[in-house]
Amino acid sequence: MELRKNYFADVRKDDLHEIGQPRPRSDSPGHVTGKTAFFADRNFPGMLHLKMVRSPHHHARIRSINTSEAVKYPGVVKVLTAKDVPHNVYTILILIQIGPEDETVLADGKVRWKGEAVVAVLAETERAAQEAAAKVKVDYEVLPAVFDMEEALKPGAPLVNEYHGQNYYLYDSGECRKVRFGDVEAGFAGADHILEQSYQSSPIEHAPTETTGCVVAPEGNDRFTCYTNTQAMFFTLDNASIILQMPGSKLHFVGGTVGGGFGGKVDVIVEPIAILGAKLTGRPVSFIYSREEEMQISSPRAAEKVVIKDGVMKDGRIVARKVTGYTDAGAYSRHSPYGAQKGAGHYPGPYTIPNVWIDTYCVYTNRTPSSAMRGFGVTIGDFALEVQMDKLARLIGMDPLEFRFINAYRDGDMKAHRQPTEGAALIECMQEASRAANWPVAEKYMAMSSYKNGA
Amino acid sequence: MAKVPVQFTLNGSEKAEFIDSGTTLLNALRDKVGDTSPKGGCHQGTCGACSVIIDGELRLSCLTLAETCNGTTITTTSGLSESGVLHPLQRAFLDTFATQCGFCTPGMIMAAKVLLDHTPNPSRDEVVEALSGNICRCTGYEPIIQAVLTAARANSQNAA
Ligand code: FES
Ligand code: FES
Repeated sequence: MELRKNYFADVRKDDLHEIGQPRPRSDSPGHVTGKTAFFADRNFPGMLHLKMVRSPHHHARIRSINTSEAVKYPGVVKVLTAKDVPHNVYTILILIQIGPEDETVLADGKVRWKGEAVVAVLAETERAAQEAAAKVKVDYEVLPAVFDMEEALKPGAPLVNEYHGQNYYLYDSGECRKVRFGDVEAGFAGADHILEQSYQSSPIEHAPTETTGCVVAPEGNDRFTCYTNTQAMFFTLDNASIILQMPGSKLHFVGGTVGGGFGGKVDVIVEPIAILGAKLTGRPVSFIYSREEEMQISSPRAAEKVVIKDGVMKDGRIVARKVTGYTDAGAYSRHSPYGAQKGAGHYPGPYTIPNVWIDTYCVYTNRTPSSAMRGFGVTIGDFALEVQMDKLARLIGMDPLEFRFINAYRDGDMKAHRQPTEGAALIECMQEASRAANWPVAEKYMAMSSYKNGA
Repeated sequence: MAKVPVQFTLNGSEKAEFIDSGTTLLNALRDKVGDTSPKGGCHQGTCGACSVIIDGELRLSCLTLAETCNGTTITTTSGLSESGVLHPLQRAFLDTFATQCGFCTPGMIMAAKVLLDHTPNPSRDEVVEALSGNICRCTGYEPIIQAVLTAARANSQNAA
């Protein structure tokens, strides 16, 4: 890798010993010799296998659950329902004061998405657990469901999640996250052109090669070791402690080896119920998603809809931007209120726009709960923003890269969320990109600098 | 469930187990024999993470019944390095940064080994073809292809 030392030479420290130096990764020798221990590589004598009975409906009231046949099934050791879970209603981000608690570990009275966990079966073999799970009888009263964010926001839409009381997340700023800067209507009024476009995306599955799961071993003394492939060790430890109503000192989490995650393993789904199973049976428990569960049940990237309206001048300056963003959380919050909030901060783009108005909604529908995935909340936004930038450039007959040079933020510029820009290197990155891609831009742009007084 | 005896040679040592009839070779290796280097990513023959070499052929251990392996010779990634010295493929995967999470790596190395055993100097296309049954979600494949080509070059230099 080549380090360009001519940029920011006056603020650069040159006595670095680590950056720019190759370092062998500590885990690769284990990977190439097959010695790396993934959670499922731990096998304990007497280990039980956990399988979930899952909702076949998108939205239904549970009239009754009958586990009598499953309990009797050969090899079954324990069958768990909502009433076995000490603190059954939780939400992952409660640890950073983002509530309300809105999701059940095992469904209680209602299911809100197809695939929701209802009953956990623990058996001597995976096969016995699977077969016994099929014997659990759940009597459902199917309810009307809503799958579309705009439909969900209409008055009279079926209520997805009673813990919220409406089909959107209520931020302290109201029904959406807001950014207000300048006077966007005045900006549009003075613009030479206005372009309004909407963009939307589908949910995206991470499909890690190793499926989600954990193996729990009781250590005696009411302490448990949980080997897990979580990407969020402390969220998992703390949420498990809340859900199980057990002090964290009784829970020992071992992780750090993740067979691909991409954000798909940050939710706290498998560990608490597996630990509960180990606690109630006194035996080690393995709960591993099948490939089918990984694809169907694990939280995907949220579907999003972004409506962008820009006012632009003939000389290339964007003078006003209004964005409404919708994030489909599915039935439960997980990380989506945070994703939608990130979008609000992100939609001004890396551009200096004097008038900005942004609303982002986190919407509940009867779809699989969505959550983190690689830059969630901003990745789809960037796709939309940059397609919009190309369209704007085309609209005014300007080269799309030159158009970005005109609007790129530079040191000292005030961003829409009122953070002055510091240490920007966007101009320099675009100059490098134009060279690397052989995309010539006018000399005056190549002479620009992110330093405000540079050009 | 009926138990059946099965005997095979794994990475040079004799193994004899009683297993439940119907057990996959993947589960037998991991749970009975204690070789966890083959990984279960899909258990349905699509990801290649469980690939092993049986009598010189690349096989998916999740689709192979252990009881059909009687008398065979099986190689897994954990058996490739000899007295702590990495096999050229392992060395190349390490040096060219071809592992990220490492979950696909043992299967990839097995697929690559079968290729190089039959075709010591493969073209890039032959490498791509040989790895096409193995899914990697992390690396984007290019470093893996480079690793296999690097190992092939190292081999031919050794031979020369
Ligand atoms: S586990 Fe055998 S191909 Fe995926
Ligand atoms: S390195 Fe993660 S799947 Fe290949």
